[in-house]
Amino acid sequence: MLKRKCDQCNSPATHHSVEIIKGQKIEKHLCDAHAAEAGLAIKAVHTPINELLTNFVKVRSGGAAQETVCEHCGLRFSEFRESSLLGCQSCYTAFEEQLGPLLERAHEGGTHHLGKVPRRAGAGQERQQHLLRMRKRLAEAVDCEDYELAVRLRDDIRGIEEQPE
Amino acid sequence: MSLGQISQRAGEWLRGAGPQSEVVISSRIRLARNLAGFPFVGRASKAQQQEVVQRCQEEVMSGRLGAGLIWVDLTQSTALDRQLLVERQLASRQHVKATLDLPRAVAIGADETFAIMVNEEDHLRVQVLRSGMQVGDAFAQINAIDDTLEEHLDFAYAKRFGYLTACPTNVGSGIRVSVMLHLPALKLTGEIEKVRRAARDMHLAVRGLFGEGSEAQGDLYQISNQTTLGRSEQEILTYFQHSVVPQVIAYETKARMALLQQRQWELDDKIWRAWAVLTHARVMGTEEVLSLLSHLRLGVNLGRIDTVDIPTINELLLLTQPAHLQRVAGRELDPASRRRARADLIRQRLAAK
Repeated sequence: MLKRKCDQCNSPATHHSVEIIKGQKIEKHLCDAHAAEAGLAIKAVHTPINELLTNFVKVRSGGAAQETVCEHCGLRFSEFRESSLLGCQSCYTAFEEQLGPLLERAHEGGTHHLGKVPRRAGAGQERQQHLLRMRKRLAEAVDCEDYELAVRLRDDIRGIEEQPE
Repeated sequence: MSLGQISQRAGEWLRGAGPQSEVVISSRIRLARNLAGFPFVGRASKAQQQEVVQRCQEEVMSGRLGAGLIWVDLTQSTALDRQLLVERQLASRQHVKATLDLPRAVAIGADETFAIMVNEEDHLRVQVLRSGMQVGDAFAQINAIDDTLEEHLDFAYAKRFGYLTACPTNVGSGIRVSVMLHLPALKLTGEIEKVRRAARDMHLAVRGLFGEGSEAQGDLYQISNQTTLGRSEQEILTYFQHSVVPQVIAYETKARMALLQQRQWELDDKIWRAWAVLTHARVMGTEEVLSLLSHLRLGVNLGRIDTVDIPTINELLLLTQPAHLQRVAGRELDPASRRRARADLIRQRLAAK
């Protein structure tokens, strides 16, 4: 913390901003005094995700966001904007285009995962999608009280889960 | 082991030991994980939520994470027990909300160094809590727990985004490293806002004792990372170990020295007044206690008072919280009786030393 110096003097910079103008990244780091002098109401870089979302969607779509829906869980992007919560793992694929730049801003420029990789990752992904679809059908079967189908689907799911990858 | 037994003592994180414990009260790491193939908690049907709880219970209580774990079904537990978990930092306020009609649970490690919330915002929220500055050890422990869970549970994961979480602010590593800091001198010298602002500008969150939305009572501040995508766990740990924490400690230490040199009478007065009130008052609110204990802790750490030790202060910090107080009393108490019971308990504990 406080490792940056003010762009205009030697005091520690307490106000930071990053602007992207025509693809050009402009960073400003100022101390209290110079920030005040510049008359800039510089906002902290960290903005709550709700605000980010609202601003971002406005900019992108000129006010009328085109509605994307996750086909797996039925979540609409506008619902995500309201709650900041996604519905299922497939939402990340369904909304990838919208989420990409948003995540980049929320995570200090991070666009791709760099951390731990689960031992069972990779091959499991398609399986995950498949299981997600099966469970959705199972939930529907239970809703329609089609218990025969439900039992069969449950067995199938168990079967897939017990298969080695 | 039951909840009743654990409420009689302070948890591991309040042991008052560990490196840099004059400023760093505790280190906490949590990981957010979701089971593959199930919708996230908020979008799952009740049956699916129930199934997630069952799966997690089977795995968590299998014995592979050690013996003596306590499993608390939050839909079956009393309001007092739920509050107790929050006070001990073993569950979040959101997770124990009484109005929530959602199958959910929390598992607690025998020594309380770890807890696993099931069906909070994510299917699994694993946390490790340690006393003092121990983020490295905490990570080693949580990583081992994660490896064990992963042997039998399939976590939602994608190549680009990493571990997939309900809120995209946690996606990637799903890690939150947070340290609880005691910063009374920065508060007394009026420099705390600078620290807050600087932390925020560096993408760190600053919260109070009980996390999101809570005030920084008792000069206790939790600083945690916000970025989880595009950074490795190790990078975040290193940032805390070598940059964030040493710098805040340096500021606080400097402020403590300044107080000692320039305002020693005022400082001693605060410390001894805290002692006087704590050992004589008959009616006490939680906020007042936290504030007085803060001054007392500062006094002990600076060697200005030796009538009490840090473990006792930590114990009081916890036992004077509403749910703990009622546990110790063995019955429910209305707010007015709590304030009296709180003052009694403090006088008793401080007189014994």
